[in-house]
Amino acid sequence: MEDRIYLDHAAAMPVRPEVLSFGRQFPDGFAGNPSTLYREGLLAQEAVSGAREKVAALIGASAAESIVFCSGATEANNIAVRGAALRNKKSGKHVVASAIEHISVLNPAKDLQKTGFSLTLAPVDRYGTIDLDALGTAVTPETVVTSVHYANNEIGTIEPIREAAEIVHDRGGLLHVDAADAAGRMPIDVERDGIDLLTLSGNQLGGLQGTGALYIRPGVRVQPVLVGGGQERGLRPGTENVVGIACMGEAARLAKEEMPGESRRLAAIRDRLISGVTSVEEAYLTGHPTERLPHHASFRFSRIEGESIQLAMDMLGIAVATGSACTSRTLEASHVLLAIGLAHEEAHGSMVATLGRGNSVDQVPRIVGAVEETVKRLRAITPL
Amino acid sequence: MKNLADQIGYSQKVMEHFMNPHNVGVIENPDGYGKVGNPVCGDLMEIFIKVRDDVIEDIRFRTFGCGSAIATSSMVTDLARGKTLDEAMKITRDDVATELEGLPPRKMHCSNLAADALHAAIEDYREKQKKG
Repeated sequence: MEDRIYLDHAAAMPVRPEVLSFGRQFPDGFAGNPSTLYREGLLAQEAVSGAREKVAALIGASAAESIVFCSGATEANNIAVRGAALRNKKSGKHVVASAIEHISVLNPAKDLQKTGFSLTLAPVDRYGTIDLDALGTAVTPETVVTSVHYANNEIGTIEPIREAAEIVHDRGGLLHVDAADAAGRMPIDVERDGIDLLTLSGNQLGGLQGTGALYIRPGVRVQPVLVGGGQERGLRPGTENVVGIACMGEAARLAKEEMPGESRRLAAIRDRLISGVTSVEEAYLTGHPTERLPHHASFRFSRIEGESIQLAMDMLGIAVATGSACTSRTLEASHVLLAIGLAHEEAHGSMVATLGRGNSVDQVPRIVGAVEETVKRLRAITPL
Repeated sequence: MKNLADQIGYSQKVMEHFMNPHNVGVIENPDGYGKVGNPVCGDLMEIFIKVRDDVIEDIRFRTFGCGSAIATSSMVTDLARGKTLDEAMKITRDDVATELEGLPPRKMHCSNLAADALHAAIEDYREKQKKG
């Protein structure tokens, strides 16, 4: 089989081999529970607290205890939105989210409406940048939690987090930032940026799937979503995923160390890819032209449909994503593409390429060639 | 190694028709024309037929849509070619899916409109005949 080119790192990142070997440091027969006091427990406890330090360092958090490990970005988003809103409901029963948040932010926010909260979705412009004036109107003194992601995973746009934080704090609320896609790819400093709650994905850093973390600024009160034992300050009860957490820590350390060089390398590939693909007829970049994640290139093609694009690209050995309704479990068009003002038929023709370590600039001509061939073939069939 | 087609649940036959669809194109001045679907929903197909002595002599299609929308269009044109109009009216969505060795359940309704487009083209032809 011809060498495949994987361009869907937003969906799943390959686990880094260095991270896997780090995970193998535990001796054979290792069975430590960090809550126990004997020697095996201590080893597990050290692994978890070492990881906590490394994750805190990645995002500029001075207190390692501000990191709560959990099962991934979806769980972190749920604890942040639901847990912070419910714990602070005496200050108001209103939450705000940008209209293009991940579904794991939007769904808990919508779910809060069943318990008497109201929800306002803050609009974005055609690039997916949050409208700060509209945010200023949406957030009121009654707003307990506002969720604005660091960057969007479908269109790559980076949001003005510091400005959003000012607006939210002026009105006395908490800012939650989903940084699952941005962390490890651009410098994040929760203290400088004024972030109260920050979501991280272990896998997006090159760690194992099923790992994640939530940063909670010291002093911010959050109530648990799951209830059980007292692990992770009671916010994530249940015996810790020790090996997964240790791997996430190591992935965070490597990401921090290698970020400047690797992000520059990826951005160079991204820029070549964007210039190649947008030279195809009726192909357009989606998301912001400059304020975008270094590994992220997203497009739409007029008059053809995304699942067909994805399928034809796969036959040519290239794995890409699409926001087409036909590939989603709900068969609904992407809420992100609709929110940036695309018509339904335009949203159907999207293609997303997210880069990673396995990609190189040498692959760009083959990718662009495959896009040209695919678009030409599907346009020959289309009635539009 | 499994590929995306397996993941979605597309058979070998679906992929053959998707990669190399049969009877693509338009017929100028067709005897019958049918169009179903809507680009807003993500599927739009049109079928053109040429009829001689009550038999579908030529048939062409154009489709905007996902893999199964394209494959079902291609298959229905193969099935209808050379059939009498009455026979062609009896081709069902299920027949098309069966000939394609099955479609994933969630594609059975939204992307299996090709038989409807064929029937619409035949009805268009019959309407025109009535008007003479």
